[in-house]
Amino acid sequence: MTEVSVREIFKSYGKVEALRGVSFEAERGELFGIIGPDGAGKSTLFRILTTLLVADSGSATVAGHDVVKEYNAIRACVGYMPGRFSLYQDLTVEENMEFFASVFGTTVEENYDLVADIYRQIEPFKKRKAGKLSGGMKQKLALSCAMIHRPRVLFLDEPTTGVDPVSRKEFWQMLGRLKEEGITIVVSTPYMDEASLCDRIALIMEGRFIGIDTPRGIVAQYGAPLYAVRADRRGGLLNDLRGMEELEACYAFGNEVHITAKQESAETERRVAEALAAKGYGDVEVRRIEPTVEDCFMKLSRR
Amino acid sequence: MREEHVIEAEGLTKMFGTFTAVDHITFDVKKGEIFGFLGANGAGKTTAMRMLCGLSKPTAGRATVAGCDIVREPERVKRNIGYMSQKFSLYEDLQVWENIRLFGGIYGVAEREMAQKTDDMLRRLGIYGEKNTPVKRLPLGWKQKLAFSVAIFHEPKVVFLDEPTGGVDPRARRQFWEMIYEAADRGITVFVTTHYMDEAEYCDRVSIMVDGRIDALDSPGGLKRQFGVGSMDEVFYKLAREAKRGE
Repeated sequence: MTEVSVREIFKSYGKVEALRGVSFEAERGELFGIIGPDGAGKSTLFRILTTLLVADSGSATVAGHDVVKEYNAIRACVGYMPGRFSLYQDLTVEENMEFFASVFGTTVEENYDLVADIYRQIEPFKKRKAGKLSGGMKQKLALSCAMIHRPRVLFLDEPTTGVDPVSRKEFWQMLGRLKEEGITIVVSTPYMDEASLCDRIALIMEGRFIGIDTPRGIVAQYGAPLYAVRADRRGGLLNDLRGMEELEACYAFGNEVHITAKQESAETERRVAEALAAKGYGDVEVRRIEPTVEDCFMKLSRR
Repeated sequence: MREEHVIEAEGLTKMFGTFTAVDHITFDVKKGEIFGFLGANGAGKTTAMRMLCGLSKPTAGRATVAGCDIVREPERVKRNIGYMSQKFSLYEDLQVWENIRLFGGIYGVAEREMAQKTDDMLRRLGIYGEKNTPVKRLPLGWKQKLAFSVAIFHEPKVVFLDEPTGGVDPRARRQFWEMIYEAADRGITVFVTTHYMDEAEYCDRVSIMVDGRIDALDSPGGLKRQFGVGSMDEVFYKLAREAKRGE
C-alpha cells in the first residue's frame, strides 16, 4: 500500500529553484531515505509533505490525503522532526512531551510503549530545560515528541547531522524498531554511509533526484569497474594517478584512492600498478571493489 | 634539533563545578601537521578547543599555541590562529569581498596588501566573478572553501577547523580536503574535528577523546594496528563504546 506519493513537485524561492521535478512513492512500513548534501532541497520537500509549504506545481499525498486539500487530516497523522531543533527551550523535557501529546489530544502514558525505547534514555533528565540538553539528547527528545501521538508516517529531516558515529548507529537501530511497528519513515541525511540502512533511497542534488532504488540497486547501476589503490606513501599518489591518460575518475576515499578507467580493460589493474611502481611507490595494491553509495553519488552528480 | 611544536598541551584540564569536562590531556602537534581531533558528542572536544583558542581558561595544566601561553597571552593566541566552523564562519549578508576585508582587518592584514591579496585568493578559488555577491547566495561548497581561505588569510601558524565539512556533498568535501593539504604543505598546522571517519584517514595523526581524556593518539595506520581492525570507524566504535558518561 502506498503511504507517501509524490508527483513532479516543483518549488522555487524567487530565482532559486529548490525542487525541480521530484517524484517518488514510499510503501507502508518502508524506511525511505533521501540522501544528499545541504541545499539540495531535502528540507523543502519535507515542508511540502508535512503541509507547511505549498508546492508551485505537482501533487502529493500522505496516508491517502492530499497535502493541499486535506492538510488537516495529514497534520493529525504524521510526525515531523525538523532539521533545526524546534522544541520549546524554556520547557523541561517532561513538559515538552506533555505539550506535544496534548496538542494531538493524547497523553504521554497512552503511547509510552512506542517511545519508551528512546525516551527512557533521557527520562533521568526530565526536569531539565530542553535548551540545556546536549545535542544527542535534544535529538532523542525531538524524536520522542514527534512520535508521542503514534503517527502513521514519520518525517525526519536530518536527525543525525552533527551526531557522532556511535550515536548515529544507535539512532538507526531505533528507526529499525519503529519500522517494525508498521510506521512509514521518510528520513533525510547527508551521510552516505547511512544509505545502506534504508529499504530504498533517493539521491538528491540541486533539487533533482539523480537516482532512486534500493541501496543494492543503486550500487548495481554503477556500470563501470571501480578500483581501490593504495601504496606505501600517500603524498602525490592522487596527483600521479590523475596524470594517467587512461583513468577517468580519481578521488581520495579514506586511506585509498578510487579510480575508474575510461575504457574497460582487463589490463587496468596491472598497468596502474606498474606505472606507480615505476614512479617509485612501494607496496602498491590495485584491486577491484564494489562501489559504495558515496561512489555512486559522486558518479551520478558529475555533470 | 627537536621538531617544532605548534601546539603543546600538558595536563590540560577544565572543570565545571564538580564535572571534569577535559581531564588532564597531554599532546603535541607538529608544524605543518594535519591533526584530527575526534571524540563522541560530549567527550570534551569543544571545551578543549575553546581553551586552545584562548577563549576559556583551564582549571589546571598548561598549553602553548603558536608559541603563546593560552593562560597568560590569550589575545596573542587569537592573533596567531585561524578558526572556522560549519556553524559560523562568514557573514551571510555581507558580500564576498566585504567578508574578506572584515576578517583581514580584524586579524591585522596590512591595508595596502588587502586588495591584491583578496583578488589573488578569489582567482585561486575560481570565484573572482562573485566578488560582489552576498555570501548567502553562494552554493554551500563554495562557501566552505571561501570560509577556509578567509580563516587562513592572515597566514596563521595554526588553523582550527570545527567540523568544517558537515553537510557538504562528497565531491566538494574532497576538494575541501585538497585545500587542507595545500595549506599544510605551506607550513600551516591544521587542527580539525570531524564526524566523517573517512576524513580521519586523511589526517597525519588522530587523537580520540573519551570522557574528557585522550584515550588514543597515533597515525590512522598505527591506531588500526593497535586495535587490530581495518578501519578508523571500527577504532572509533571500540573506544567510544567504552564511554561511561552520557552526553
